[in-house]
Amino acid sequence: MSLSADEVRRVAHLARLGIDDSEVAATAEQLGRILQLVEQMSAVDTAGIAPLAHPLETSQRLRPDEVTEVVQREAVQGLSGATENGLYLVPRVIG
Amino acid sequence: MAWETVIGLEVHVQLATRTKLFSPVSTAYGAEPNTQAGMIDLAMPGVLPVLNQRAVELAARFALAIGAEIDRHSVFARKNYFYPDLPKGYQISQYERPIVQQGHLDILLESGEIKRIGVTRAHLEEDAGKSLHEDFHGLTGVDLNRAGTPLLEIVSEPDMRSAAEAVAYMKKLHSLVRYIGISDGNMQEGSFRCDANVSVRPLGETRLGTRTELKNINSFRFVERAIIIEAERQIDLLEGGGQVIQQTRLFDPDADETRPMRTKEEANDYRYFPDPDLLPVTVSDAVIEAARAALPELPEARRSRFVEALGLSAYDADVLTESRALADYFETALAAVPGDAKLAANWVMGEVLAGLNRAALEINACPVSAEALGGLLRRIQDGTLSGKLAKTVFEAIWDGEGDADTIIDVRGLRQVTDEGAILALVEQVVNEHPEQVAQYQGGAQKVLGFFVGQVMKLSKGKANPGQVNALLRKRLDS
Amino acid sequence: MFDLSLTETAAALRARTFSSEELTRESFQRIARLNPALNAMITPAEESALAAARAADARIAAGDAVALTGIPLLHKDIFCTRGLRTSCGSRMLDNFIAPYDATVVTRLAEAGMVTLGKANMDEFAMGSSNETSFYGPVKNPWDLERVPGGSSGGSAAAVAAGLVPAATGTDTGGSIRQPAALCGITGLKPTYGRVSRWGMIAFASSLDQAGPMARSAADAALLLQAMAGFDPRDSTSVDQPVPDYFSGLGQALRGLRVGLPKEYFGEGLDPAVARVLEGAIEEYRRLGVEFVEISLPNSGLVVPVYYVVAPAECSSNLSRFDGVRYGYRADSPVDLEDLYTRSRGEGFGAEVKRRIMTGTYALSAGYYDAYYLKAQQLRRLIRDDFQRVFEDVDLIASPTAPSTAFRLGEKQQDPVAMYLSDIYTIAANLAGLPALSHPAGFADGLPVGLQLIGPHFDEGRLLNVAHAYQQVTDWHLRRPPETAIADGV
Repeated sequence: MSLSADEVRRVAHLARLGIDDSEVAATAEQLGRILQLVEQMSAVDTAGIAPLAHPLETSQRLRPDEVTEVVQREAVQGLSGATENGLYLVPRVIG
Repeated sequence: MAWETVIGLEVHVQLATRTKLFSPVSTAYGAEPNTQAGMIDLAMPGVLPVLNQRAVELAARFALAIGAEIDRHSVFARKNYFYPDLPKGYQISQYERPIVQQGHLDILLESGEIKRIGVTRAHLEEDAGKSLHEDFHGLTGVDLNRAGTPLLEIVSEPDMRSAAEAVAYMKKLHSLVRYIGISDGNMQEGSFRCDANVSVRPLGETRLGTRTELKNINSFRFVERAIIIEAERQIDLLEGGGQVIQQTRLFDPDADETRPMRTKEEANDYRYFPDPDLLPVTVSDAVIEAARAALPELPEARRSRFVEALGLSAYDADVLTESRALADYFETALAAVPGDAKLAANWVMGEVLAGLNRAALEINACPVSAEALGGLLRRIQDGTLSGKLAKTVFEAIWDGEGDADTIIDVRGLRQVTDEGAILALVEQVVNEHPEQVAQYQGGAQKVLGFFVGQVMKLSKGKANPGQVNALLRKRLDS
Repeated sequence: MFDLSLTETAAALRARTFSSEELTRESFQRIARLNPALNAMITPAEESALAAARAADARIAAGDAVALTGIPLLHKDIFCTRGLRTSCGSRMLDNFIAPYDATVVTRLAEAGMVTLGKANMDEFAMGSSNETSFYGPVKNPWDLERVPGGSSGGSAAAVAAGLVPAATGTDTGGSIRQPAALCGITGLKPTYGRVSRWGMIAFASSLDQAGPMARSAADAALLLQAMAGFDPRDSTSVDQPVPDYFSGLGQALRGLRVGLPKEYFGEGLDPAVARVLEGAIEEYRRLGVEFVEISLPNSGLVVPVYYVVAPAECSSNLSRFDGVRYGYRADSPVDLEDLYTRSRGEGFGAEVKRRIMTGTYALSAGYYDAYYLKAQQLRRLIRDDFQRVFEDVDLIASPTAPSTAFRLGEKQQDPVAMYLSDIYTIAANLAGLPALSHPAGFADGLPVGLQLIGPHFDEGRLLNVAHAYQQVTDWHLRRPPETAIADGV
């Protein structure tokens, strides 16, 4: 199991991770080895087995529809490198 | 060649909750930017979502209203993509197991025929924030107040065959969600938004053509226009030997055209998977029973009751059940004059709606309360007020002068029905106009109207017009 | 002062043998001496710690103290601490001052514990050696050329070296138990849902669980008591009463049936570690424990399943780190794409990126069924193995890690070899089971841990069993030589 350079670039792009051309080959090789490890799963027939998403199969608890959080905009916006007039700033988005 | 247009709608309805779908922060509209973006909405490291109970109840209520199945074990999934208005890098939505499945809505066609439109599913999901493209030194500003607001996305079957049907469905849905109180349906504020899937095919063909998706059309008029021109565009394309490309398009009302949204450089790969921070949503019998109890009489049922039990015309029943508030208003007023539905209907559809229209007000803001109108109707029914006086009293109530009885007393507007009093006025008018008496007695019957007018004037409009008429005839014919 | 158990420290504080403020000052002096070589603590909080210590002293004087009041503590830097940097071991959050407290932080503060600072960790808890931290590796106090294990390596090394008597950790695939074993301390991963995840920066949401790290089972019991409990802010938190773990200690082990999974004692287990464990099992037999061989037939699938589920969840959980609202933001991005890819490319380290890419791949169109769905199906089989076994035995005992602490750099170039360090710990996370590692002896001068796994919500029994063992052994009391650490810089 190994990944092509294009697949590595596709996945890196989906995950929005910058990856240098110089890193592509090594990344492909390492991901290939991880996938080889993972491939061991295919040895088992799982037809008809319900997937288990959570160790405790319980149900979602519901929250009353009440406002319990007051927003501290100035405090949280202090954590951002780019705000103006209460807005978060990002490079121009195609409208 | 004859073509058929096939339309399916996806409508996003903002649910009427106080707080967001997964965050205990207010959803009130119009706040300063990011003052309603809490820790969870901002996707701070370490925060976790907890589902709003009200949103589940409202979804269940909708399911009951459209005769749908409620999935007793629906699942929230993550839809992964990067965008500045999506702080977590994923939207929490429902994918394989939506909470509402397989319902329907009946629409009235222009032909008078009823058509059933299938509702494939409706699922709970969170709204995104808003990107503002004003110039911030060449940057975009992001307001996350709307991020996390609960939406119910209602997906229809591709059952509609014309823009008019699509609009009828959309209006019906709009009226229903407000009627059952799950949304304010405010289209200006984005509480009711529509995407339309449009395709065309030769008439008689059973397979679907390639569809395009028209995004975010937020008025009934635009939906109609967008579908019409998109169908025309597709037909032109196909007749010219071209092909329709499956794509997302935007309707530009100014240019009166649809055009492709600037495509992202890749096909989307949303990597849906069950959200591991959330567990399956179990909807219990108790929740369903509570939703049923909270469900008002549906417009359909109310309309037929108005026709069958109250004897209203189909048209009147239609108008009066257009919104729940209007129908409630009508029934409250009617309670004062049981059995006289026609009288109540005429007043609600006449003076009340006209007044609201002039003042640009909604029924719940009507200065004449339903109870006050009922008080007025009672005085019409018992003959205290003539129709003309009643209008005067209605205007006085509208202007805040009090209830009907108070105004009648203060202004002395009680109708005169005392025969002796009216007869005195008749005598006076006859004696003062010998010339007209001669004309009448010479055969000019229409002069009677003149006498009636004079008597009414003399009584300051308070004399009962029927009695005036009768007494005049008796006096002049004798 | 630094060799006392939590109950002994609590007694000394009550008897005014020393005050919490004195203990806190002394602790910072000890940290100043030993931490430079260990790199276990990355963010000190001296000022707030002294304030908390004085408040604890006042509370003790007022007779209002609980068991943990006035006792120093380190938090793994994965827990949000209001007003204090919460880095998660990453450049991405190097500048992040958390705006709120994690529930675990709040609860331990309410018990009166004194937070001295934040402990080093593998970046975003992804690692088994603490070498992926942006702040450099933590050294094992028993041998400074070796790793402490990970990802809670800073917490484990700090407790082992006596910088603090207690620390918090988190465990997604062994991140409490493996470093506890490699550093010779006691660590417990509770049942999934027992401890709130609110404010704990998520790695893999369906696997992550916070737990106590301390010298002894008794100390761990006191900590867990304060950490555990229902939290309405975590949908996966379980609303079940928390038993009194500490007073539950001291029960005899006679008649206890413990399963030894044959798959956990075979190939891959260092023979020196196996010998130490045999000795520990003998000791348990003398306490009346009956051992039976059991089988967990799907054990071979545990690592493959984990390396789909955990990366898949992490790839999505870490999407929020985009340089916009907090955290690392790339310089002068030319466009949105550039802001994202460089902020994330520069802010995350190699292992985190590797896992994000693995998970993204496993969830992407065309691979979901073969990877993610398949892994979830196998996860059920793995959990069912345990359910079946627990019909027959009370607990399971196994090695915690296949070897003692390995050398720094030894496995850094080989991610798969590193992943196999967690081969015995991962199953408990997949099945949501409570599991504990306690010191069981030494191999070539390095600590060996024994793992006990129990049925859901059986933390009390795990602690009682480990405590009984610690009543008749002194492995947990052994301390690494301080001078070697102090001279190690």
